[in-house]
Amino acid sequence: MVDTVHTTNAAKGPIVRIQAEDFDTAQIIEQATKDRSNVGAVVTFTGLCRDEGGKLAALELEHYAGMAEAEITRIATRAFAHWPLDQLIAIHRYGKIAPGENIVLVIATSSHRQAAFDAASYLMDFLKTKAPFWKKQHLIDGTSSKWVDAIEKDDKALERWKDVTG
Amino acid sequence: MKILYFAWIRERVGYAREEIDLPPEITTVETFLTWMKSRGEEFAYALESDSIVRIALDQEHCSDLSQSLDGISEIALFPPMTGG
Repeated sequence: MVDTVHTTNAAKGPIVRIQAEDFDTAQIIEQATKDRSNVGAVVTFTGLCRDEGGKLAALELEHYAGMAEAEITRIATRAFAHWPLDQLIAIHRYGKIAPGENIVLVIATSSHRQAAFDAASYLMDFLKTKAPFWKKQHLIDGTSSKWVDAIEKDDKALERWKDVTG
Repeated sequence: MKILYFAWIRERVGYAREEIDLPPEITTVETFLTWMKSRGEEFAYALESDSIVRIALDQEHCSDLSQSLDGISEIALFPPMTGG
């Protein structure tokens, strides 16, 4: 498990990591807030792998190495420029992920809560439809595997952020 | 030109990447896609739905079919993304 996120100096921009390994959310929050007495709000979003009613054996996440990090960094950089944040951290896993395991982590810290809520929400909305990852479901009965379809409401979710630009 | 395929587009094409010299008349995203579909059944099948295929040029999304390929070294083709 790799959990070192260097946040000792004032952040100049977001921190983005794409990795196969799991992450320790509590430890990353602790590092992100240590000696940051200006921070009054920490918003954390963790996306987990569902078991789809007991049918799912695992998700396989394919990603476009290089672009995955570049695209999430572009999204996070826009968020960082738009809201008064102290830190914005995004970690996305790839490879085989079992039900109950972590897939994605977003942490936004700020002096006040609204910026942290909004930035985390913005980052997740864009990450869902713009970050180059693709999920394939492997079922417990072993009969089939299937690519997950994109959801239209995920695209619609972007409309509320029209006023946010880099 | 390096061409990358992902998810079910990769499966339909049969491999993940290739390096090819584009014909000189292929100068935009639109002419590239038309030419790709003519390369064989697997490409026609993989790229059959224009509204579904997503394109990235040098690791940035491209939604403008008229965009020039001048100076581009990597083109990726993939279905809508389902991360997060």
